[in-house]
Order: sequence, then C-alpha cells, then structure tokens
Amino acid sequence: MKKTSADVLPAGGGSGNEPLLAVDDLHVEFHTRAGVVRAVNGVSYTVRAGETLAVLGESGSGKSVTAQAIMGILDMPPAVIPKGEIRFKGTDVLKLSERDRTQVRGERIAMIFQDALSALNPVFTVGWQISEMFRVHRGMSKGAAMKKAVELMDRVRIPAAKQRVHDYPHQFSGGMRQRIMIAMSIALDPEVLIADEPTTALDVTVQAQIMELLAELQRESQMGLILITHDLGVVADVADKIAVMYGGRIVENAPVHDIYKAPAHPYTKGLLDSIPRVDQKGQELYAIKGLPPNLLSMPTGCAFHPRCPYRQENCVTDTPPLYEISGTRGSACHYWREVLDGERQ
Amino acid sequence: MGRYVIRRLIQAIPVLIGATLLIYCIVFALPGDPIAGLFGDKRPDPAIAEVLREQYHLNDPLLLQYWYYISGVIFRGDFGVNFANVPVSQIMAGKFQVTLNLAVTALVMEAIIGVGLGLWAALRRGKAADTLILAATLLLISVPTLVTGFVLQLVLGVKLKQWTGADIFPVAGTTEGLRSYLVPGFVLAGVSIAYLTRLTRTSLAETLRSDYIRTATAKGLPRRRVVGRHALRNALIPLVTYLGADLGQLMGGAVITETIFNLQGIGNQLFTSVHLREQPVVVGVVTILVLVYILANMIVDLLYAVLDPRIRYE
Repeated sequence: MKKTSADVLPAGGGSGNEPLLAVDDLHVEFHTRAGVVRAVNGVSYTVRAGETLAVLGESGSGKSVTAQAIMGILDMPPAVIPKGEIRFKGTDVLKLSERDRTQVRGERIAMIFQDALSALNPVFTVGWQISEMFRVHRGMSKGAAMKKAVELMDRVRIPAAKQRVHDYPHQFSGGMRQRIMIAMSIALDPEVLIADEPTTALDVTVQAQIMELLAELQRESQMGLILITHDLGVVADVADKIAVMYGGRIVENAPVHDIYKAPAHPYTKGLLDSIPRVDQKGQELYAIKGLPPNLLSMPTGCAFHPRCPYRQENCVTDTPPLYEISGTRGSACHYWREVLDGERQ
Repeated sequence: MGRYVIRRLIQAIPVLIGATLLIYCIVFALPGDPIAGLFGDKRPDPAIAEVLREQYHLNDPLLLQYWYYISGVIFRGDFGVNFANVPVSQIMAGKFQVTLNLAVTALVMEAIIGVGLGLWAALRRGKAADTLILAATLLLISVPTLVTGFVLQLVLGVKLKQWTGADIFPVAGTTEGLRSYLVPGFVLAGVSIAYLTRLTRTSLAETLRSDYIRTATAKGLPRRRVVGRHALRNALIPLVTYLGADLGQLMGGAVITETIFNLQGIGNQLFTSVHLREQPVVVGVVTILVLVYILANMIVDLLYAVLDPRIRYE
C-alpha cells in the first residue's frame, strides 16, 4: 500500500495555537572548496493558515536558501543543516525520511519559482507537466489528470485552456508561463505555498495581475503564503507581516503597516528610503552605502555595521539578538529605539 | 517539414559536386600512371597504352574528364568503370554492405555502452565508479585503433579459442554473420565510445543542475522519475547529434579496422583504388560516403525536432 501524505502528517487545520509552518533557529551552511558559507544563521519565522509572510532581502541574504530548506530541495552536500527545526503542523520535516519528505513536497508544501521559462521543462507540454501532479501523487489516469490540468489552467485564467493545454512552455508569454507555474503548484491544494520572487522576471502590469491571482487563490483556499521578494512595492499590498533578512539572519520582523510607518532597523529604513518617489523627482536617488556582506567572511558583531549610519562601538563586537519591541515585532539592532524615533546619528 | 527535407536535398547537390570535384582533382594530382600500373612489372606497349588512354579519356583536360564522369553519374546513374572495365557500382555493391554492417554494429555499441556508462558516471559523480569510468575513457582515447585492433584480435580471436576451445569471436573475415562484426565493431567504435561516455556524463550532469529539475523535485516526484523522465529527455538531445555525425565518420574511418580484420569493405577498396589511381572508384566511394554524411545529418536534424519541441522546421 502506497503511503500518502496523510499517513506522514496529520490532515486538517493546524491544531490550536500551533502555526501551520514554523521555522525555528534554522542554520544552513554550504561546504565549498573556498570554505564554509553560512548562508542562514538562525532564522525563525512562522506562517498561519490564510496568512501572508513576506520575506524581504537582497541577493545572498539567505531568503531563498531558507525556502529551499523548507521544501527540502537543497543539494546536500554541499548544503548542510547543522541546527534548527522546520515544523509543519508540529512535525519537524527535517527529521522525516526522504521518502516521507517526497510525500509532503508538492502536496502539502508547494513552491513557485522566479523564472518560469527555465523552471518549466522545455520538452514536455504544460498539460503534461501539470497533470503529472495528479498522475504521480493521486494515481489518476492520463485522461482524468489532463482534464484536471485544463480546470487548473482555467482557474488561473489562462485563455483557451482546452486548446493550449497541449502547447509547450516556450509558446506562452512570461505572465502566462508564471500562471502555469502557479497552476502546477496549487494542483494538490497545498497548505503552504512558497513563492520565490514570482514576479521579478515579469513587467510591471503583469506583476500586478500575478500578485492579484496569488492573493485570490490564497483567499479561496486559506493557504499560508510565504512571499520571497526584494520588491517593497509588491509587499505592501498583499503581505500581512514582513521578515527582513540580512546576511543570513532576520534583522526585523513586524506586521506590514508597522514597518512602513516606522522601521525599527537601519537596514529596513535604508530599503524604504531607497524606493524612488514621485515627489522627489530631480533629486539624487538614495542608496544604502557599501556592499552586501561576503558570506565567506562575515563582519564581526552586527553584520550590517560596516554600512550602518547608527553604528556605535559595541556594534562591531556584539551580535545583536532579535530585541522584542512588542508582541508581534522584533528588531536585531542595539539602537532600535533611535531608529524608530528617526534620529539619525 | 516535407518542404524542409526537399530544401535540404537540393542543398546537398552543390556539396556533392564540390566534394567529387575535389577528390577527382586530388587523385589526378597523384604521381604515377594508372595505365602503366595495369601492365604490372612489364613495360607497356606504347600503342596499346595510347588506345587505353584514349578509351578512358586520360588525354583530355581535367575538367572535361570530370564532366564525362559526373554527367554519367547524374544523367545515367552510372558510376563508370575501373581500368579493367568492371563497373564501379558492381565493385562497390557487396563491399558497401560489409562497411555498413560494420559501422552500424559500431554505432549500436557506441550508443549502448557510451550512453550507459555516461549515465552511470553522471549519477555517481565524484565516486569511485565515476573516476574509474573517466580513467578508462582516457585510456581508450589515447590508445590508437591499430593497437586495440591487434590486441583484441589476438586475445578474443586467437587466445580465447585456444583456452576455451569454442570459436566465439572469429579472427577475421565475415563468414560468421553478425558474430564476425562484434570485435571489429568494438575496435572501430572504441574512441567514439570514450567520447560519447564523457559527453553523456557532462550532458546529464548539466541537465541535473537546471532549474526545471529543481522544479520537478519540488513537485514531490520520486528521484527515479526526476532523472528518468525530466532529465534524461533533455540530456539526450546533444547525444543524438554526436551519434548521427559519427555514422559517416565510422564508415569513412573503417580502413584500418577493415584491414586488420580482413573485412572486404569500401575502406579496403578505397585504399587499393587510391594506390591504383582509379579515379572512378575513388570518387564513387567518396560520393557514397558524402551521401551517407548528408543523409545522417538530415536525420539528426529531423530527430532534433522530435526531441526538442522548441525547434520547428518551416
């Protein structure tokens, strides 16, 4: 008898107060020839059913690596997870056997990738790729699975789905390809959906449509959504809460309106200040000084200190913990009060 | 697609004419007198030699000679006769079959062994099996056909029979049907097997690193399916080109193997005819080889479209 994901993990909604997905003190290292790269250094976040968490950060901040660790699609080796838990409905998925993990993947936790053209297999039709979910996970016949694929393509509003189901990925536009990616990921009604920069490769009008579609699908199914992005504009409309990552750590987490009103970490503040604004036309654009940290040789103390306008002596030596500002908000800055008050030193 | 095939065949005509003209000129430029060769060690009678020269148009200018030849091929399908008045088509007929058998045997071995070992190595990258396979391919590439040919002939053809008493691999000749082609086929395919193994290993390893393989894993598919369906189909595409181009290579490059194993193929014939300066035979053999090249390449291009839907022929 084939094991289904229901045998591996409890079905139904999260029990009581336990969030749907909880990442707890996750560490991910890559053992390379050049040395050990500590890509993720103790990241914790949670997502509840129907909630959207935006994970914000620049390239190399560890946001995608965290997501790949949740999915279990890191190449191990070179990746190693020395410490941490990823609890899905209370079960630590890192402790599951590879076989059980495969059952969770795609079925309970699904993922959308950035560039749908390279993320879809070029030699199979989109219908084949979507229906594969039903054939492999549900044991459906080819015909029935294909019918489901057409339904899904309708659901993500691809015009003429019935005809286009036999087309190949390269025959679609960028936005349509991302819709196919979405259709494939929601095929089995996953409880958690991770979207890794789903709109980065698209132009602005299409970006809005894709975000709207994601928000709508989430409302219908009460999925927990983890939205990985570096685009603050995308975040404001759809996210419930934000986790800002820098150098493999969460430097600030907060409900979305709190962060936009008054950031509590100098890095978040820098990000917000660097959004071009219409009323500043003609003025020089703001940019955070310096470069992102080299993951092979992280700065001592607070990883952001070489670029930080609030830097004091102890920032170079003491790594700041995630200070609790309120029940729902935290900042990993020794001087979060000053940042919050907006006094620049 | 039909129009594409027709266009490709039309494009083949100038290639064919160019290749035959080139070979014709090269054989023409060779030192020595083919008519004198007919008389062996004796001095040819000048009168008879002159008659023969006239009969085979040897006194005409090069281009005119070529025209007599090529017009016969094009308008009458006649590849001409050699200097003993035997039709070239008759000389080639049986020999072409031998070489084709040999080349196809080699190609099949190449596909099975090369792709098989390559896939195995790619899935065990960095492990002992992978290193061993890579070292073996390096050895196979560095040892010339001349050496592998004689060594395998001695070991498999002669010694094995002495030890076991059973005639498993014939020493030479084509009297044993398919069995007589196994050892020569392997010898001929040797270097290609090594290259194809390495190509397959690289191709699959590269495919396994691509984004759509990560997607396939994230879909919760078993590893078997991710590799066997999603990766393999993509990894095979460059291998088909190599195999197709290699068929021509194998047919043209069989001279040494045919000589070692005494197979009466066109490679052997080509070698003899070059010695005798028999232009019609040399050019006839080359024409057939060029045709094989062109057809093999066309089939590869058509197969491409089957394997990779992004390629369309209009």
